[in-house]
Amino acid sequence: MTLPFCLLQSAPGRLLAMSPVDLLIVIIYFGLVLGIGFYMKKFTKTGEDFFMAGREMTAWIAGLSFISANLGTLEMMGYAAGTYENGILVGHAYWIAAIPAILFLALVMLPFYYICKTHSVPGYVKLRYGEAARSLSAISFAVMTVLMSGINMYGMAVIMKVVLGWDIHFSIWVSSLTVAIYVMAGGLRSAIFNEVLQFFLIWLGCLIIPIVGLIETGGWTGMVERIAKNFPGQDFTHMWASTGTYDNPMGIHWAGIVFGWGLAISFGYWCTDFLIIQRVMAARDLRAAKLGTVIGAFFKMMVPLIVILPGLLGRAVLPFELVSEPVAQQTGQHSFNEVLPLLLVRYCGPGLLGLGVTALIAGFMSGMAGNVSAFATVWTYDIYQPLFRKTASDAHYVRMGRWCTLVGVVVSIGTAYLVMSFRSIIDYAQVVFVFFIVPMFGTVVLGMLWKRTTPAAGFWGLLAGILASFFLWLWVRLDPTAIQYVALSANAKLGMADNIYRAMWSLIVNVVVTVAVTLVTKPKPEAELKGLVYGLTELPSEGHFPLFRRPIFWAAAVAAGFVLLNIIFW
Amino acid sequence: MGEKYHFISIWFFIGSLLAVYGVLIFGAGIWELFNPGKTPVIMAHLHVGIWWGAFLVLLGGIYCYKFWPRA
Repeated sequence: MTLPFCLLQSAPGRLLAMSPVDLLIVIIYFGLVLGIGFYMKKFTKTGEDFFMAGREMTAWIAGLSFISANLGTLEMMGYAAGTYENGILVGHAYWIAAIPAILFLALVMLPFYYICKTHSVPGYVKLRYGEAARSLSAISFAVMTVLMSGINMYGMAVIMKVVLGWDIHFSIWVSSLTVAIYVMAGGLRSAIFNEVLQFFLIWLGCLIIPIVGLIETGGWTGMVERIAKNFPGQDFTHMWASTGTYDNPMGIHWAGIVFGWGLAISFGYWCTDFLIIQRVMAARDLRAAKLGTVIGAFFKMMVPLIVILPGLLGRAVLPFELVSEPVAQQTGQHSFNEVLPLLLVRYCGPGLLGLGVTALIAGFMSGMAGNVSAFATVWTYDIYQPLFRKTASDAHYVRMGRWCTLVGVVVSIGTAYLVMSFRSIIDYAQVVFVFFIVPMFGTVVLGMLWKRTTPAAGFWGLLAGILASFFLWLWVRLDPTAIQYVALSANAKLGMADNIYRAMWSLIVNVVVTVAVTLVTKPKPEAELKGLVYGLTELPSEGHFPLFRRPIFWAAAVAAGFVLLNIIFW
Repeated sequence: MGEKYHFISIWFFIGSLLAVYGVLIFGAGIWELFNPGKTPVIMAHLHVGIWWGAFLVLLGGIYCYKFWPRA
């Protein structure tokens, strides 16, 4: 979560020059995404159409959209930069910090989200814990979504300026208004369809770099040999071997990776962030929702091919060493953040360059469409309806959804301009994101798996987790030496490690408080928990399909691939 | 998909876009072959644009054929 934001420190400049065919490729892309939006408007009439895409997505569409909404430009360029700096350790973001959580979502949590037919994750919180917990989760989600959307928008504009020399204002307004138009027109269905399109563009635009790069280095072995020769005595190509101590580029121990990153942050994000879960909740049935999530897990596991591998290739093939952003600003050298564009310009001639740039723009737009469509749903159903207008026609809520999509984009643009003036907001935003998203997981999962959990416990556990995270952050900010207590070692480093350990404590506090309050307060009657809690919910049959067409089979296959990859790159 | 409404499949849109992109990238690759730039990209001898463009045309063509809108 930290790494992508390093990009926003990028110095202005220009790395690539596009030819007319490259520009044509970008223009066609904008034309098509708008065309899809207007075409889908004809089929978007009810609230169910606008906010839940009619709940008729196939497993493939839901799954590719699920992963596309997560695959933003900042993430791609940020993690490639992080890999150049810290090596393959950064790849944990795609494996241990994603796959177990996504499979847990698919097999354990998704059935409850799906069966209760709610519109959102805060909607589930309302059904399980009541209005107070729902309001807390909905308002925090809405604020964070718009804030993150604005920061990502600013990040994309900086990238376009650095990579292509485009004006920041032009990038912000053109890209964000395009997203606003197609989401306003076709709602979630339009967002999802464009995300599937964007998924293809991201992969086909970025895949050229690892393919040609590995041909140049003579395959994986040749690349590792080149890195060892260029940077002797440093380990950039092992996932776990250097994590027995804190003496590795990221300054993190394996326990922090597993419990902080792999459990607290990962499960918090993948299992309770409505931005991505909304995509699979729009599937046509439970089997499609589960299969779609497993498909998403598979492609998430493959993302290192287009993000981590280019970072390593940068170490192997670039004729100069990249440096940190402050050094780059002083010396005029290229920074870590430029590794992906540098490789793009190294291997991609006319046409391919346009495809690569379109991939970066598509990455931004898929992430932003995810933000605004999720914001529109949560605002309309979890804030506007319960707090401002309880009874209105379906058409009224659709109109509200359309307008708040536009308002969400405009506020995001405002946030982007605010970030221009106050860059420290970026640091705060990602910290605040951890504040809210991690304790949500404890609250939701306890509510799903333990019928005794009470409404009061849901609210106070969530609040305690948020406050614990906030106070730990404040403690380390006021006294940086406190990191030794938060991360349980004096050798831990501020930044990524700090975030990861804080998330772990936040989850622990959330669970302890939720359990403690539950034991002294009155639970809901079991009759009110049907469809919401394990043991009281009859899961619908997925139909009589052969084993290889069942979600559990493919989840096991992805889990086996996950274990195998970790062993291979140990 | 589309039990309530019948609309053109997203896979058709994707196929069309990939096919158009494939033609453009393939054409640019052919142009580069006969008119190499002053500063060619690394591994230019692989003519990646031609191969990748052809691959996109093939992939896009398959999707267009399979998901062509029918009444």
